[in-house]
Parts: sequence; structure tokens; C-alpha cells
Amino acid sequence: MRIYLDHNATAPLRPAARDAMLELLGPPANPSSAHREGARARAALETARAEVAALVGAAPAEIVFTSGATEANNLALRGVLARGQGLVTTAIEHSSVLETARALAGEGVTLSVGTVDGEGRTDPAAVIAACGPGTRLVSVGLANGEIGAVAPVAAIAAGLAGRGVLVHTDAAQAAGRLPIDVGALGVDLLSISAHKLGGPPGCGALFVRRGVTLRPLATGGPQERGRRPGTENVAAAVGFGVAARLARAEAEAATESLVDRLWQGIRSGIAGAVRNGPGTGPRLPNTLNVSFVGCRGESLLVLLDLAGVAVSLGSACAAGSTEPSHVLIAMGRGREAARDGVRLSLGPTTTAAEVDRALDLFPGLVAQVRAGAAA
Amino acid sequence: MSRERIVVAMSGGVDSAVAAARCVATGADVIGISLRLADEGGHCCSLDDFHDARAVADRLGIPHYVVDERDAFARHVVGPFVAEYAAGRTPNPCARCNQHVKFGTLWRRARELGATRLATGHYARIALDPATGGARLRAARDPAKDQSYFLFALGATELARTLFPVGELTKAEVRAEAAALGLPVAGKPESMEVCFVPDGDAAAFVGQRLPPEGRRPGVIRDEAGRELGRHGGVHRFTVGQRRGLGPLGAERRYVRAIDAASGTITVTAAAGLRAGGLRAREVTWGSGDPPAAGTALAVRIRHRHPPIAARLTAASGEDAEVAFVAEGPAVTPGQAAVFYQGDLVLGGGWIAEGLA
Repeated sequence: MRIYLDHNATAPLRPAARDAMLELLGPPANPSSAHREGARARAALETARAEVAALVGAAPAEIVFTSGATEANNLALRGVLARGQGLVTTAIEHSSVLETARALAGEGVTLSVGTVDGEGRTDPAAVIAACGPGTRLVSVGLANGEIGAVAPVAAIAAGLAGRGVLVHTDAAQAAGRLPIDVGALGVDLLSISAHKLGGPPGCGALFVRRGVTLRPLATGGPQERGRRPGTENVAAAVGFGVAARLARAEAEAATESLVDRLWQGIRSGIAGAVRNGPGTGPRLPNTLNVSFVGCRGESLLVLLDLAGVAVSLGSACAAGSTEPSHVLIAMGRGREAARDGVRLSLGPTTTAAEVDRALDLFPGLVAQVRAGAAA
Repeated sequence: MSRERIVVAMSGGVDSAVAAARCVATGADVIGISLRLADEGGHCCSLDDFHDARAVADRLGIPHYVVDERDAFARHVVGPFVAEYAAGRTPNPCARCNQHVKFGTLWRRARELGATRLATGHYARIALDPATGGARLRAARDPAKDQSYFLFALGATELARTLFPVGELTKAEVRAEAAALGLPVAGKPESMEVCFVPDGDAAAFVGQRLPPEGRRPGVIRDEAGRELGRHGGVHRFTVGQRRGLGPLGAERRYVRAIDAASGTITVTAAAGLRAGGLRAREVTWGSGDPPAAGTALAVRIRHRHPPIAARLTAASGEDAEVAFVAEGPAVTPGQAAVFYQGDLVLGGGWIAEGLA
């Protein structure tokens, strides 16, 4: 039996989401059509939109379905910023924010990339101070998927209130794991992903506060109120809606206690284990990032995989190998150490028995890598 | 579960695919690993190659991983490649990659994974020395494909844990075996260029990576010392080359010598430079000790060149000198000199200079 501890990469599709999707797969389902088939699709899509909106405390009309959080992040940044305007973000953002920000910098947007401290925490005052008169958008991820740090987005938004700066947050890793309310956060734009919370991959959404105007990334249709042309993927949106409803209802304490169990077991069983990320303060309840001194992360990942445990390191490249984690580098780790952080991310289906079986395997495999390195 | 664990280096090509298949056939616990050596974009370790390696591993039912060795490759292969050209020599990156990356850092990874053997798709063989029991490198059975020249730096310790499963096969046999096994790379064309240099243009590649102070522009002189022209940097030249000298008069000229310190390129009109021998540095010997002075051997000075009959005239420390039995072709400093007796590799090193 495989033990899947990589829910921050993607979570298994929830059976209820799959069942709901299957009902939509087959019959014609174009929500823009005037006939009954179209009306049925439209009703399903709008039910899903309401469920996704409820997950983040938004109104349904403020939800734009996209192909995922990557597209939502692109839409937020590219849809708002124009040449000559300023963007403030941080060095630990997901690459769909960072690479888009760099691309925009090449197109005449003024870019400021803020740092984090050694535990991956963002100082809200520094972000606010980085905003100048030309700043149009601040983009700070709500929760970091590698180390679990939760950024003080509400404080940043509050500090910028009335200054004409829009605030975007990538909440792909936070949604379904932390309670989210766009009103309390005070953000104007918020990205979420279906597959991180048990919906299908290839589907996400951007919350766009009423009154904020966006340029669409593509042209060619009135769908999603003109903000995302193209016939909607209704089945995926429906799966997203069901997953959002279930995720919202779940108690988060369950995974947090399992992460504690995992970390305590690792710390007591293996010398030289270091937890990467915030030691105090808010963090994702499902995420544990740990380095083992003298143990190459890539080798540990392979041994764990061969032993039946799926984990990840940093971020994957197109080839499937890993890059040194830009998040750990931003936290001040060296290039080599930034390769070795092993991320364990749990989900609602993770059991205590799975955690215990992983804990049985860890010490021997870490010792094997260390012995091989020392031989 | 006491099956021996073998890591197979999988490039995405047919040779390493068949090597992996042969390891699987022994009943071993095989893990395929592909090395990411450079950033995508060049034709080296392209995404297509990783895709092909993965497809082969899937077909064979073995796990496969891509690991990041870009840092080691830059440090041990690309860096010295640039430095050698800047110093007026012509480097051999494949031999350095084998020495430091495939049988260096990859072997360390294999050990971390609990493997006791590392297999590659190289065309070479390993034999046990009847006298010492030590592992020795031998040329492949197929002389047209032999890659022992690039593997000379492997010592007995490395060879003892290494497998060359296709060393007894010809290329045609490898392709036939791949086809029979249904491996999706059976007909894949071979790569012959230096894998990380786009379009085979080493001068441009090196030029882009040299700091301004590392360039050595200078004069082109004939053997009598007459200045014939100027050039933009010694890294553009290789001993024996004819192209790229520019118009130097009516005669064809060949690069005879490169002096990086002064930036001087000396050319000759003599078609076919000759040398009487060579001096090599950083020489290692397969038996651990150099043979006696006067030992008859054959020395290969370039991949695919036939070995030249020679005698060992001096060997001390990591230096060795050989004299060709008859006058031989020009030698190119920076290339490997690999010493053979029959198909046995006695040892090898890097060419420091040609001897008259």
C-alpha cells in the first residue's frame, strides 16, 4: 500500500467530486447555449460557483473559473498591471507568480521582490514600505506550499487601505486547509486551485472583488463575465464545487495533530533532523518540511518512493528532477542545503497508521543515505 | 529481498536502454537514473531524452528518476572545458564527465540508494587481472564502437563495481536486442557532438563564457616568426586545424602550436603535422604502477584514431612519455592519451605536449 504524503503537489480526487463530475461528462454541456441542455449546464456551473465562493467568503459573481491557480495568478497580475506601474511581491511565491512578475518586469512593470526571515516569515511593514506612489499591485501568497508559512496578508491589506494599491494573494495551498474570508483578509484578488483540495486538476478560480476591472488574458468570448473567454469546463467546475464544499466542512485539527505526530516521531527517532519553516506563528496545518543533516534529499526521496512513501522536494522541473528550493534559498540556506528539504504534506485521508508506518521507515532510510554518503 | 541493487545510468539512448534491460534480465533490483547535466535548451539531456529514458524504464518495469547534476557538471566538465581552450589546449569533456560525474557523483548517489553496482551503456569491457585479481579496463568487442578511450581514468576500485552490459555487443546487436525487447529507442540516432555545445561550435561556446581578461588575442606567425595576421583569442584554435585562420596568403596553413601566455598561434604550411611522441600528465595506470620503461604499447591520441605503436620512454609520478615507433600524427594538447596492449588498457592521462 502506498502512503501518499504529497498533498501540496496534488490531492486525490474526492469520490463525491468524481461522482458529481461523471454526471456532467457525456451530455452536451455548454452553459452559454439557450436550450435546455445549456440551461442544465449553466445551473450546474452556477451551483459550483456558489460553493467555491462560499469557500472563501466571496459572492458568486466575484468568482472567475480558470484552468488552475497558475492561470488565476497570471490573470491577476497581467490583468491588472500596465507598463510603468509597480508590483510588490516576495521571494517565496510560487513560480506562477514569480516568473510572471519577472516577465512583467521585462515588459516595463516596476518590480520589487521582498525577502523573508530565516523561518520564511514575511514582515508586513516591509511589504507596505516597499509600496511607492506607482505601486498598483501587491501579491503575497497566503500560505507557502513548501514550508507552510502563512503570510500576514490581512495586515498588509489593512496597511495599504485607501492607497489605491490592489492586493492579490495566491491561496492555492491555503484553501481548504485554513479558513479563508476575503472580507476579513481585505484582498482584492485571490487565487485558488481545485486539485489541492480534492477537486480535479486543470481547474481553479480567481476571486475578483466587485469593482475591480481586469483585462482578460485571451479574447474570443463573453464567458465568465468577459474575464475568461472559452466554453467553461463544467464537469471540472462541478468537481471543484463539491470538493470546496467538503473541504470547508472539514475540521483542520485532524491533520495538524498528525503532522505533530510525524514531526515528534522524526525528531525523537533521527539525529540531525531540522524542521524548515516557521517555528512559531501561523502555518499550514498539513505541511512538514524537514532536512536531515548529511542526508541528500534527492536520495531520500528515491528510497522513500521505493519503500512506498510519496514525498517531494522543493519544486519539480519539467524533466522531473528537482531544483534547489527557491524558498529555502530565500530563507538564507545555501544552494546545496536548499536541495535537501523534504516536504511531507498530509491530507484529509491520511491516517495515523500511515504516519506510523512512514515513521517506521524513516530512520533506516536516512541512515542508509548517510552511510552511502560517508562510505 | 536480498537481490543486488544496480543503478543504471540512462541517457535516453539505445545503448543504456539495452544495458538496463540486461541488468533486469539478471534478476537484479534495478533503478534507472538520468542525469540532468545542463539547463534545457541545448540538445544535451533534452526533455525528449528524459522522456525516452522514462519510456524505456516503464517498458522494463523499473523505477526511473531524473537527478540534478548540473552543479557537478558545470564544475567538473564545463568549467575545465572553457579553461582548457583558454589555455590553448583542446579538452576532452567526455572523459572528464565519466571520471567525475558518471563514475563520481552518480556513483555516490548509487551508494546512497543502497546500490552495489553502477551500470552504463558504454562500449567497453572489464576483465580481472590474472596476476592481481584487480579489475582492468578492456576495449569493447566492437572496435568501431569502443569507448574505452573515454574511460581510462577509472581505476580498479571503480571498475570492480561497474558493469558495461553492452561491451560484448556490436551496435547492430544492441539495436537488434532493443528491437526484440520492444524498447522504444531501438532506432534512435546516435549523438556524436559534444553534448553541451550547441551546433558543435566550441569557439562560440567558450567565447561566451570567457571573461574579457581570459581571452588571449594575439598574432599568427609562421615558423620563421613572421607575422601573418591577428586573431581574436587562442580558444578558437586546435593544433592541426586549418579552418578559421583567415586569409594568410596563398598557401594552406595548419595550426602547429598555441602559446596561450603570449597569445601566439604558430602555423605551418606542412600538410600533415607529424610528431615523434608525447608527454602526458595526470597519468593513471590500471595495475596501479607504471610499466617498465621500454615497454611496447600502443597509444590512442584521439577517439576513433587507431592506436599508434610506441614505447614507454619515461614514467614517474603522474607523468609519462612515449616515443612513437614510427613518426606519428600531430598530437593535440588537452586530449587524452590512452595506452593499450592489445585490447587491455594499461593506463592513460592528458596530453601535455607533443615531442619531436
